[in-house]
Amino acid sequence: MKQSIRIASGQGFWGDLQTAPVDQVRNGPVDYMMMDYLAEVTMSILQKQKMKDPNLGYAKDLVPLFEEILPDIVKKKITVITNGGGVNPIACRNAIFAVADKLRIKNLKVGVVLGDDILGQIDALAAQGIKLDNMETGERLESVRSNVISANVYFGAFPIVEALRQGAQIVITGRTTDTGLTLAPMIYEFGWSDSDWDKLAAGTVAGHILECGGQTSGGNFSADWKSVPDLAHIGFPIAEAGPDGTVVITKHDRTGGLVSSASVKEQLVYEIGDPKNYITPDCIADFTTIQLKDTSLDRVEVSGVKGKPSTGFYKVSMSYFDGYTAFGTLTYAWPDALEKASKADQILRIRLCDLRLNFDEIRTEFLGYDSCFGPLSKNTGTLNEVVMRVGVRSRDKEAVNRFSKEIAPLILTGPPSVTGFAGGRPKPSEVIAYWPALIPKTAVTPKVIVEQH
Amino acid sequence: MAGVDPENSGDSKSHSGTTLTIQLIQIAHARSGDKGDTGNVGVIARKPEYYPLLEKYLTVERVQSHFAGICRGKVERYELPNLGALNFLLHESLGGGGTRSLKNDAQGKTLSSVMLRMELEITESI
Repeated sequence: MKQSIRIASGQGFWGDLQTAPVDQVRNGPVDYMMMDYLAEVTMSILQKQKMKDPNLGYAKDLVPLFEEILPDIVKKKITVITNGGGVNPIACRNAIFAVADKLRIKNLKVGVVLGDDILGQIDALAAQGIKLDNMETGERLESVRSNVISANVYFGAFPIVEALRQGAQIVITGRTTDTGLTLAPMIYEFGWSDSDWDKLAAGTVAGHILECGGQTSGGNFSADWKSVPDLAHIGFPIAEAGPDGTVVITKHDRTGGLVSSASVKEQLVYEIGDPKNYITPDCIADFTTIQLKDTSLDRVEVSGVKGKPSTGFYKVSMSYFDGYTAFGTLTYAWPDALEKASKADQILRIRLCDLRLNFDEIRTEFLGYDSCFGPLSKNTGTLNEVVMRVGVRSRDKEAVNRFSKEIAPLILTGPPSVTGFAGGRPKPSEVIAYWPALIPKTAVTPKVIVEQH
Repeated sequence: MAGVDPENSGDSKSHSGTTLTIQLIQIAHARSGDKGDTGNVGVIARKPEYYPLLEKYLTVERVQSHFAGICRGKVERYELPNLGALNFLLHESLGGGGTRSLKNDAQGKTLSSVMLRMELEITESI
């Protein structure tokens, strides 16, 4: 058994720094690289792409990325684990095999994890009494059933572990938890059992620390952002994990950014609920047991993590169509920038009212003044300029289209000294709303396929 | 880096009868994010001896009143003494959340700044 493995974070979300995964495999030693591509509504975007073309539905960024890094990971025997397979992990795998052909790389073993996509089984599940009602609001699924676009079960680390046991060098999953991508290689390398709750919790905490990429290593760092060196060349975080679950968070030498207990703490408290009960499919981690220690420059030891048994349920991430939005912006200059922007908003609202358009909500914010602070905004003196930003939401697409024609006229029929309309009419976009639910673990089975090409 | 060295902690004597007005950002840093229409704000003490001040002054009631007009639902507070941190959940704060929200900050990324701007009247010295 290895005494230590280095797991690199390569991507914190779809659209993250494109050079990060390349730097992670080239700038120093790593054994594994995990890449998280899936935010809550990403699956719906991918499901729509797959409906248009059955060969799509995965994070397409992976193809040019593997063209770049496949020779490196083969040569250095680095295993890559990603949930970028989206709603079509098989198509993603085939695209990677095509890259291998192009680069004349043979005997590449790629594993896929399937079974998370339950869009086609919703009614069959309902017939079995599994209703998938909203776990946060209690609303019944019937209220949005006809508008559901995607439905995916969050699997944990163990299907990935199975793919690793079968020798996969790349593992492509659909909706796997972000933390499972990091936990899986620890389970595999150190032989942890599925009831080793403290160790599973330790690996889960490491996963939470890695899952948002540079946010652990100096990005979005509120404690002292001015002190962070060379963010232009930020090194993404790396977890050095040991068999007992102790993990050191670090980054490659000679990269920018920083790793400190303060930067790790900021990530630990990011997007959590009750810290004593951080629930994943693999375990429940208790974040109040985590001990951090700055051991040397850019090295933080994470230890002491306690865990509890996992629940009998998987979380299901569903999305549904819920109308349209559009946003219009105009920039007003001194003098009286805020008063002018405010007057323009009033004029716009009167015109929308005259047109008898039906909106669920109209919201106006003044960027540069109150979009972050709302009613807490303080008028700290004369504003050089302010951006009026008006958003509307409606289930009536025509109302949203009509709104988009009412922004530009304000330029010549409203307050003076206005600009910032070069983008043309605002384009309506679809609202994809999120519907979280629970499903008994016994109702779905992950499927693992490992193939050599 | 400023303010995180546990070896270099200052003396914290209380001054009875006098109060000091501070801004939360002097004693804490923070990060915020979203889960649906709920914003989460993690507030972290800059030094270990500041954590009791967070525990004492950053009450649910204080946070609820600070976020009046932004947070339309309840506020929940969780303690992480091991990290010198508090985690707040601000329900109904993101204009519906996700792609439904019409807010510029639909994901609550700047709620941390709103929190850190809070002024506190404390009886301790820092």
